[in-house]
Amino acid sequence: MMKCDLCDNEATTHEVVIRGGKKLERHLCEVCAKQHGVDTRPNVPIHELLKNFVLTPAPVAPARALESARTLKCETCGTTFGDFKANSLLGCAGCYASMEASLGPVVERAHEGATHHVGKVPRRALAHSRQGGRPMEALLGSIREREERLNLLRKQLDEAVRNEQFERAARLRDEMRALEGSGGSLA
Amino acid sequence: MNAPSEPGEPKRTTPLQGDLHRSRAGWLRGDGRLSDVVLSSRVRLARNIAGFAFPNRAGRADRARVLELAKARILGAGFTERLLWVDLHHAAAIDRTLLVERHLISKQHAKGKLGPSSGGPDEPRGVAIALPEESMSIMVNEEDHLRVQVMRPAFDLAEAYHAADAADDRLEEALDIAFSPRFGYLTACPTNVGTGARFSVMLHLPGLKLTGEIDKVKRAAGDMSLAVRGFYGEGSEAVGDLYQLSNQTTLGKSEGVLLHEMEQEIVPRVVEYERIARRQLLERRAEILADQAFRALGTVTHARILSSDESMDCLSRIRLGAVLGLLPGLDQQHVNQLMLFIQPAHLQRLAGREMNQAERRVARADVLRRELSGYCR
Ligand SMILES: [Zn+2]
Ligand SMILES: [Zn+2]
Repeated sequence: MMKCDLCDNEATTHEVVIRGGKKLERHLCEVCAKQHGVDTRPNVPIHELLKNFVLTPAPVAPARALESARTLKCETCGTTFGDFKANSLLGCAGCYASMEASLGPVVERAHEGATHHVGKVPRRALAHSRQGGRPMEALLGSIREREERLNLLRKQLDEAVRNEQFERAARLRDEMRALEGSGGSLA
Repeated sequence: MNAPSEPGEPKRTTPLQGDLHRSRAGWLRGDGRLSDVVLSSRVRLARNIAGFAFPNRAGRADRARVLELAKARILGAGFTERLLWVDLHHAAAIDRTLLVERHLISKQHAKGKLGPSSGGPDEPRGVAIALPEESMSIMVNEEDHLRVQVMRPAFDLAEAYHAADAADDRLEEALDIAFSPRFGYLTACPTNVGTGARFSVMLHLPGLKLTGEIDKVKRAAGDMSLAVRGFYGEGSEAVGDLYQLSNQTTLGKSEGVLLHEMEQEIVPRVVEYERIARRQLLERRAEILADQAFRALGTVTHARILSSDESMDCLSRIRLGAVLGLLPGLDQQHVNQLMLFIQPAHLQRLAGREMNQAERRVARADVLRRELSGYCR
């Protein structure tokens, strides 16, 4: 569990703010997030997320803050984070890797805090591609395992809720969150 | 394989005079689970081909190559006995509108828009349509390279998903699909990453509208990360009390989980709300409901000029009356189909000529009068 920066509760909101060219991370619980003006609404339209994300006004050097986000650039297609901010679209598959650090929090907030894919994988395409020196095929096993575990947990959770076993339900929910968040060995 | 180059060809010969039903859209057939509230179910998968920039960033030459690659694969995959391919950059504007009205392509795809500030009607792009039921369409070079969409009548997301999943497998046999272990299927807009899967249902919610609870449902849907839109998607008003409900989150939940949530939890709950509202209305205000249904029927069977919005409002009340048994002998399926046939491009295609707005309003009134006056008693 990750602790809130301001108290001992579990941090549920994770925010990256670029200020004066520096990246600041904030991890807050729901209560503190509300008090400190962090947007906790899931699934706000992507352009709203982006405004919050990039433009948190920096009193010292606003121009440079913008610049650092804007100059973040995809090596493959040349799309910048500024382009993305302007039209909500990425330019190519490579954008995800090139801008991962900045995109991660945006993606997370657009998907209720989820950070990793769970589900179908395109098998043929992966058979001859590699990620971080490891053949992607090898990574599929752990994705599948995680998915199966999640499906099982979901069923158990439904059952626990039906039988009003709330402690058990809370435990199951925690495990599901951890699984959905961590991405297992793939991070 | 049948791939005529004439766009929208199957609709050209629509037998308007005799029997509108012959060209009705399969997914509006209207029988099946929860069909009193759910008109249709749809599953959409967003995919991109590895090695090419997304449509909004690719050069025109690359877009043309993606189109050729995808078209060859789609036509070669043996999806159905008959598959219609339409090169949208060569299609007439009215044919593109017709495809939008039939929910086979998006408005954005009809216009050839690749992003907020790029694209146009000449952009190389296309759509494949499975005939005769129009149960599947695959858009090429929309916001993503490939958008596979499967539609089913009434409430049948599971069947729609299985068909979409199978089509996706077929496409993938010969195409490298952009994917990352962390973000899943990579899409032009990060709101679609992960599974790239959107599950949606088209709901008829006149009861909740009449009891004033529709906003409550919309808010609840928002809290559950669901999107609520009108009959024609993104930003369109809910004419005829028709709403599209779909998942917003595509990352961190498998297709099975997304499907389970929509199938087992969300949709049945909304349907139950609507049914309760209808029951309450029947118990407390039955004569008002009947009055509204008959007035609507009176309007469409006697009016000589009808706007699209007024017609949809009338059809909504008529459909509700039919479902509740207040208009005996009137079939809700027929009403579902009429909602399609009174749209502008359909009217013009059925009439076989171009019409301005004033002419369309007259033609619309004609169609409705002819189709529904038999039910007047
Ligand atoms: Zn706190
Ligand atoms: Zn790129």
